[in-house]
Amino acid sequence: MSYSPAATDNSVPILKVRELKVHFPVKRGLIFQRTVGVVKAVDGVDIEIKHGETLGLVGESGSGKTTLGRAVLRLNDTSGGSISYSGQDVLALRGGEMRRLRKNIGMVFQDPYGSLNPRMTVGNIVAEPMLVHKIFDNKLAIRNRVMELFDTVGLNRSMASRYPHEFSGGQRQRVGIARALASGPNILICDEPVSALDVSIQAQIISLFDRLKLEQQLTYLFIAHDLSVVRHVSDVVAVMYLGKIVEQGNADDIYRSPQHPYTQALLSAVPIPDPAVERKRSRTVLKGDIPSPLNPPSGCVFSPRCPIAEDRCFVEAPMSRTLSDGRRAACHKV
Amino acid sequence: MTEALLTVENLHTQFRTEGGVVQAVDDVSFNIQAGETFALVGESGCGKSVTALSIMGLIPNPPGEITSGSIEFDGVDLLQVSSTEMRSIRGSKIGMIFQEPMSSLNPVLTIESQLAEPLKIHIGLSSAAANDRAQELIDMVGIPDSKTRLKQYPHELSGGQRQRIMIAMAMACTPRLLIADEATTALDVTIQAQILDLMQEVTEKSGAALLIITHNLGIVARYADRVAVMYAGKLREVGDASDIYAASQHPYTVGLLRSVPRLDSEKGTPLSPIGGEIPDLTNLPGGCAFNPRCQWAVDRCSIEEPELIEIAQGKQVACFEHASVSLSV
Amino acid sequence: MTVTSDLGNEWQLTPPLSTRLRGMFGATVKAAKRDIVLGVSISLLLLGLFLAVFGPTLARTDYERTDPVNRMLPPSAEHWFGTDNWGRDVFDRTIVGTRLSFLVGFSVTLISTVIGVAIALVISYFRILDAIMMRFVDGFLAFPTILLALALISLIGPSIGNVIIALSITATAGKIRLVRGAVLSLRESTYVEAARAVGVPVPRILMLHVLPNIVSIIIVQATFTLASAILAEASLSFLGAGVPEYVPSWGNIIATGQGYIQVGFHISFFPGLFLTVTVLAVVLIGDSIRDHLDPKLRGRLKTTTH
Repeated sequence: MSYSPAATDNSVPILKVRELKVHFPVKRGLIFQRTVGVVKAVDGVDIEIKHGETLGLVGESGSGKTTLGRAVLRLNDTSGGSISYSGQDVLALRGGEMRRLRKNIGMVFQDPYGSLNPRMTVGNIVAEPMLVHKIFDNKLAIRNRVMELFDTVGLNRSMASRYPHEFSGGQRQRVGIARALASGPNILICDEPVSALDVSIQAQIISLFDRLKLEQQLTYLFIAHDLSVVRHVSDVVAVMYLGKIVEQGNADDIYRSPQHPYTQALLSAVPIPDPAVERKRSRTVLKGDIPSPLNPPSGCVFSPRCPIAEDRCFVEAPMSRTLSDGRRAACHKV
Repeated sequence: MTEALLTVENLHTQFRTEGGVVQAVDDVSFNIQAGETFALVGESGCGKSVTALSIMGLIPNPPGEITSGSIEFDGVDLLQVSSTEMRSIRGSKIGMIFQEPMSSLNPVLTIESQLAEPLKIHIGLSSAAANDRAQELIDMVGIPDSKTRLKQYPHELSGGQRQRIMIAMAMACTPRLLIADEATTALDVTIQAQILDLMQEVTEKSGAALLIITHNLGIVARYADRVAVMYAGKLREVGDASDIYAASQHPYTVGLLRSVPRLDSEKGTPLSPIGGEIPDLTNLPGGCAFNPRCQWAVDRCSIEEPELIEIAQGKQVACFEHASVSLSV
Repeated sequence: MTVTSDLGNEWQLTPPLSTRLRGMFGATVKAAKRDIVLGVSISLLLLGLFLAVFGPTLARTDYERTDPVNRMLPPSAEHWFGTDNWGRDVFDRTIVGTRLSFLVGFSVTLISTVIGVAIALVISYFRILDAIMMRFVDGFLAFPTILLALALISLIGPSIGNVIIALSITATAGKIRLVRGAVLSLRESTYVEAARAVGVPVPRILMLHVLPNIVSIIIVQATFTLASAILAEASLSFLGAGVPEYVPSWGNIIATGQGYIQVGFHISFFPGLFLTVTVLAVVLIGDSIRDHLDPKLRGRLKTTTH
């Protein structure tokens, strides 16, 4: 395939995020707006994804995982730090260069109903990235490629001239995936791609992601709140809480022996669909609510809910440290 | 087995839609024992929520209508009582919690007045007594700082706390049955665990039965004693939770269990999703509605509708091929 | 889901313009045949256009000459719509007036819609431009339309062209405000974000993702503008800022008849009827275009007729 650039060196990260900050000012007032606070949606985040790898980004609402994913595509402004995509400084890109970046990084959205233009046929939706990036110079080639993509994601070719409202949620999500693949990206950012779907359809879409990864050597940034789904797709996992990554490392290690108390609590909160296992599990149920990102706790952001917090946790924010098995965790007590 | 608290028999609920009449609940029968936790599981459009609304007498008419069947609760047929009686049963003997607490709470009334109101109406408490009881309830559902919380409005609380308030309201008159319709679907996992634990705790303490309606098989496994699986308006399998998960004999249940990724499975375990789409209720396939997606389907399945039959003590399955269906294939 | 559409009709990436136009024409004819209301509306509008072009040649009397002897006659075989306070034939004046009313109504609608939508689309993407433009718009909207048009005409002089210009400017301000609001809310929609995420440039986003989804709002607003422009022309003429009283337009005739509504109801009634029918026809056609452009509604129309 002529359009897929070959960055196949597996040791060098294809996407590298350093100390990334995305802060949203909160403004009040109609004419004379004043800033009354700052939401630190993403606050000093480091992640790396190697070529062909899947990084699962998990967290609850308000953790900043979606904002992080959007920031990689420059869909929202950043306040500090750096993002590099195969050595290129993403935050320095302007206009046309930025659009070229979006050719190499595809995105799949959560809402299968809202993410497709209701006035366009799904064929045109899938063809659009190829048109805007001028990947082919004739319409026949684009048409053939659209048909290929329909095959790839498991849609019937004859459906190309239909409109989104004629499709079910699962089918729409397949259209969204075909669109994301159309420009031949290296990385796919999937933002909660299955959480709006029914259980049996979720499995179909996850299997599609599995297959695409094998067939096209795709790299994924897979954002989700469902830890079971992330477990299934990820090689590396990063756990976010209130704008910070609290633990990050090899997926098997983290799921087998979570080190950060938040990761532990999160994993034990997820029920396993097997009563035999479930009734033997010992669980830690966290107290309290997720604090508002507008007014995060001092010290460690997790301290008010942490079952093992001690005095210094409420004062001093822990640095992220590398543990013996190579994973990183931000906790004084690990 | 003791006398059932709730017995639903041959319930039929239909809706008139643009595409024609839809049989949202089609000949559903099950019972719930006093004090047990019963789960109704299924995907969107399977009729699980309509079943709950039918029990509560909350089917909007038109377009909906319960066309036949009976719902016997505590010795009374809920389909025969007047709407006034039904309202009083709803407030005092059956409590219900919905997915979106904000739509069930009045945004312009304080938590206190919303909690105290049903106590005054249904139990006839005085204002002062009702307010005291409201505070007790808030303490019971684990909301810290109850005095100030009572004076607040719903929008000042987090999603999890609102759901706690809903539980407090539902439990205010110590009902015999608590229905939770996707009550934790909109919540984060750590909050979800809190709320479900709380529901189990309060119902256990008061001896009420709990009917959990969900699509989440993990929640069912953790909390339910018995499970009923619904698909396209019909019950497909009913039985003890442990038995269903270990040895389901309906292809749909088996398919669901195989298609959910598990936290404790080995990395790289492939999923085996159920193929095809969830059918449109206005255009159901002939015979068993699941047959086009079923790997065990035989010729008969597309012609004849299988009945829900008891194949063992306390276990019912609606499948012609149930003898050959198993999880380990 | 029952899908009605065309299996034989293969998907094509943007077919050539001629094919699309032919398709549109064919679809219109087909829709008009199927839908009596739409067919009647189109016929009425075509009749109006015919009158607008040939009205003056169809007049049987000198519609500008006064005839005091025959004033205020009720409708009769000779004067179908009666005569007015100067004895002029109302039927002739009404059909001749069609030209002016159509000219003002459609010009103002077309100009204000095209310019208003274009400005709204552009400013919604440039924050500073938006802030400046919207203050202007607010200023314009603070005055009643007629007052503003009067002021403009006193600046540039009374003539039918200037009436069109003045009314277009005030109508444009309203359009900008309305469309801008719709664009701003659409811009937050996931599919516009998805388009940005695949690298679609801003002009293409505006034309392909935003514009088609606000068409229904634009059409509804346009039908409203048409009716109000025809009436506004009358008010301006009545105040001496438009065409002289003896030149017939629907608005002019209605304004004339207003003073005699108790004794000569017919003077205002007939041009009023023409105006109502025209606006109704345009509204109905607008409705049908909107339905036709919405794939969701289009599907439903097909299923009901099969």
